[in-house]
This record gives sequence, C-alpha cells and structure tokens, in this order.
Amino acid sequence: MRYSALRVIKEGLTGNRGWQPVWRDPEPKAEYDIIIIGGGGHGLATAYYLAKEHGVTNVAVLEKGYLGGGNVGRNTTLVRANYFLPGNSEFYSHSLKLWEGMEQDLNYNAMHSQRGLINLFHSDAQRDAFVRRGNAMINQGDDAILLDRDGVRKMVPYLDFDNTRFPIYGGLYHPRGGTARHDAVAWGYARGADQRGVDLIQQCEVTGIDIEGGVVKGVQTTRGAIRAKKVGIVVAGRSGQVAAMAGMRLPIESHVLQAFVTEGLKPCIDHVVSFGMGHFYISQSDKGGLVFGGDLDFYASYAARGNLPMVEHVMEAGMTLMPMIGKARVLRSWGGIMDMTPDGSPIIDKTDTQGLFIDCGWCYGGFKATPASGFAFAHLMATGRPHQTAEKFRLDRFRTGVSIMDEEGTGAQHNLH
Amino acid sequence: MRITCPICGERDRREFYYQGAAVALDRPAPDAGPQAWDDYVHLRDNPAGRTRDLWFHEMGCGAWIVVERDTVIHEVYSTELAEKAAR
Ligand SMILES: Cc1cc2nc3c(=O)[nH]c(=O)nc-3n(C[C@H](O)[C@H](O)[C@H](O)COP(=O)(O)OP(=O)(O)OC[C@H]3O[C@@H](n4cnc5c(N)ncnc54)[C@H](O)[C@@H]3O)c2cc1C
Ligand SMILES: [Zn+2]
Repeated sequence: MRYSALRVIKEGLTGNRGWQPVWRDPEPKAEYDIIIIGGGGHGLATAYYLAKEHGVTNVAVLEKGYLGGGNVGRNTTLVRANYFLPGNSEFYSHSLKLWEGMEQDLNYNAMHSQRGLINLFHSDAQRDAFVRRGNAMINQGDDAILLDRDGVRKMVPYLDFDNTRFPIYGGLYHPRGGTARHDAVAWGYARGADQRGVDLIQQCEVTGIDIEGGVVKGVQTTRGAIRAKKVGIVVAGRSGQVAAMAGMRLPIESHVLQAFVTEGLKPCIDHVVSFGMGHFYISQSDKGGLVFGGDLDFYASYAARGNLPMVEHVMEAGMTLMPMIGKARVLRSWGGIMDMTPDGSPIIDKTDTQGLFIDCGWCYGGFKATPASGFAFAHLMATGRPHQTAEKFRLDRFRTGVSIMDEEGTGAQHNLH
Repeated sequence: MRITCPICGERDRREFYYQGAAVALDRPAPDAGPQAWDDYVHLRDNPAGRTRDLWFHEMGCGAWIVVERDTVIHEVYSTELAEKAAR
C-alpha cells in the first residue's frame, strides 16, 4: 500500500476505513538466512537494505519488546554531518545523503526537517576549533558557515549574548543539519523491510547464541530456537549482554543519557542550537515542545531514567544560554541506555565467530547514523566486506591502536566520553 | 544516588568523580602481552546488575573507593577504600 496525498484525501472522505496494518505479525520460521537481533533503528534499517540492496529477503528481525521502543524512540532527533576525523567524516556524510532521499525511498513521512544547526562558541580558542571542524566538513563536501556574533544574532536573537561568564563569540552553522521524527524512521524502515518479505518478530528476546566449532548456527529466544546462517547483533545499550552470549567482552560501557521536553509552545526556536560551554542543545518539535538534552549521567547504568545532578545541570545550562525558556514548564524527562566506546566512535564489524557480526558503540549519536549504519551493516553481512564508508569502524582498533576516532580529543578512555 | 565514603560518611554523588569498573585495580604485569592489556584497558563485563566500580572522593577527602552497587536500580550495597580492596 503506497501513501500519497490522493490516498489521504480519499480515506478522509470515506471515514478512514481503508487503512491496513503496515506490517505483518508473523510466527518465527525454523530457519532464516540472516537473523538481526534488535528492532531499533539500526536493526530495521539493516533488514531493509539487506532486502533492497542485496536481494536477501529470508531475514528476521527479533525484538524483545516492540519495534522502536528502544533508543530510536527516545533520542532528541538531531541529524547532522559535522564530524571531522577520517572514518567518521565520510560515514556521517553518506548518512546525511541517505537521509535526504529517505522519505522518497521509503514512501514514508519521517518529518526530516533541515532547519539548520548552530553550534555556538564562547572564546577565541573555541572559534579556532570550530574553524578547523568547519573546514573538515567543507573538505568532505558538506556545508559549514562560520557566523560571527552579529550573524548569530540575526538568526537567533533570543540568546543571552552578553552573558558575563560565557559571552557568545559566534557559531558554526550547518544548514543541512536538523531533526526528524524518530518513531517514523523506525516505522518507515519496518514497513519497507516487511514489504520486501522480512519477518519482523516482536516480543521475542534472544537469550542465547548457538555456536558450533566457531561457526554461528542460530539463536535461542523466548519464542523457541531459530536457526540462521548469519546473525547480526544490533542491540545498542544491551550490546554487552548479547555479546556475552557469544562469549565476547566488548570495549563498551553502558551509560544513561537523559532528554527533556516542555509543554507545547508557539514556534519560537527555529533551528537546532547548541551551547558551547555547558553541554546543552535544544530544538522545537512540530508539536511545539522544546526538546533538549545535555551530557551523560557519567557512571555505568542500565536505568532508563536519569539522576538529579544532570537534570539540574541541563536546566542551568539552558537558562544561561536562553533565559526566555525559564517560563516554559517541563512536561517529561526520560533516559536511554547508551553503548559507549572508549573513543566515542562506533563499531561495525565481523566477530571471531564465523557468521556472527556486530553493529554497536553508537554512544549518544546513533540516530543520525541510522540509514548509513543499516546500509553498511547490510553490506558487510551480505558480502563479507566492510562498506567503504565504514571501513574504519573496527572492533579491534583499541587493541591495535589503528584508527582510533576520538572526536572530542579527550583521550580514548572509557570514562572520558 | 548517595555514596558512603569510608572516611567521610554518606555523601551526595556529586562529590565523587567516576573512574569506571574496578578492573583498574587488577593491573597486569608490564610484559603480560597485548591481549591482557586490551582486556584491562578496554574490554568490559558491563553487567546489568551488580557491579564493582571505582569512585574518587574528589570534593571530600580525596580517597579512591570501590563501590559495589546495582547498575539497574542504582542501589549501593557496600563501599571500601581502594587501598584495602587492592591488597
Ligand atoms: C536521550 C537520548 C538522546 C539522543 N539524542 C540523539 C540525537 O539527538 N542524535 C543522534 O544522532 N542520536 C541520539 N541519540 C542516540 C541514538 O538514539 C542511539 O545511538 C540509536 O538509537 C541506537 O541505535 P538503535 O536505534 O538501533 O537502538 P535501539 O532503538 O535501542 O534498538 C536496540 C533494540 O534492541 C532490542 N534488544 C536488546 N536486547 C535484545 C535481545 N536480547 N533480544 C532481542 N532484542 C533485544 C531493544 O529492545 C531495542 O529495541 C540519543 C539517545 C538518547 C537516549
Ligand atoms: Zn571521603
């Protein structure tokens, strides 16, 4: 069933009785060519591209809860390509291009809105760092514009420009950056995968991975054993537990990241704005809520809710940057479990077990990566070779020291990202 | 979350700096080989449940503390000075 304006009008005039569920609810088969563990954005995108790009359709996505109930439905929806280290640059650049064609490709409205992203800076040294980042973005073929103070003021006049402690010096503007409706991204990929024959199996938790003689044979689940020729682990914050089922320890620690939303307001924040000093960023959803967030709670945790110190820090940073939001009432806050790597960059690789693959380590930035991660992981699983945009996302890079991608420059160590 | 420093008593989490898994106390020999060092520096059990990790009482007495706690419910079970735990 294709969506179109005509269809919406017709259904509207006939009482909306013609809409059908957009994916099936199949029983698991005894065997698949490929099993994807995890029905988040990355798992669903992987299944979609396996079918679309590689013609592999005997595929199941196994999800322990419901589709899109993990981080893909909990994030603050920023989509951008402003990375600057080789490895990350080409990958996120590719991802943004896939975003730009996604809605047409999926025939699904993901509400992708390229409203522009402004990263503010508050000192000369920070300006230098952003000039360097902007140049790297331009070299990669993406867009970056350095704004001085007046340039920022023209676009976002409501900031506290003369804050005594952190006056605004300017900003790096990334016009193609923006937001998307996160649930719709999961649903769009789910629908696309289902239409191509992929079985999406919900309420199906993987509890074991069957390996014989170093070769993967299938998985144990709460809905019985399922055999498979290849298995891909795409479980974000749960990567450590699922990898342990295959006897692996990962360079990953799970941390909580929080987010907040206010009551719905008239349009007032037109862009995505990030504060260069306290960790704080904000955008306004199409419903009118101000959606904002900050840094990790900064200790290992699997509680999908946050702790008070970071709530306070985020509120203080927001008030410092844009005092006007003090009048808005916070409606909800929540947390998601982040798979943090020592260098803050992801992993898309084979494992030591033949036929077992892993896609993880997305930290707090994996929503924007959803299409390119699925694309690259599908390529790796179908062909056995890494896709050219994801060649550096090796699982063993910390042991070898080759291609560590530490965007923040704090050092490739667990507690620093 | 509140953590009991064995020296100062119960304090707010904000007084402490988080180092990570208490694996840091089991430093391998310098010549233990790359795998042992990779295990120590990078690879983690990352449990959902009971864990032992290292916290530094940065805004208090400056002690390193091994905290046994639950990563799912954030309950703290016990704390001990790292210099004792390491022995
Ligand atoms: C508060 C917050 C804000 C964020 N903001 C941004 C942002 O602005 N921009 C950005 O790019 N990124 C952001 N992120 C990060 C981004 O959301 C994640 O990196 C990304 O969603 C992770 O990939 P995923 O969608 O596949 O994960 P998930 O949606 O978490 O998918 C993993 C799935 O695996 C399932 N699973 C786990 N274990 C099992 C098992 N044993 N068997 C079966 N299924 C299992 C889970 O139930 C889950 O559905 C944010 C994250 C959070 C929490
Ligand atoms: Zn103390």
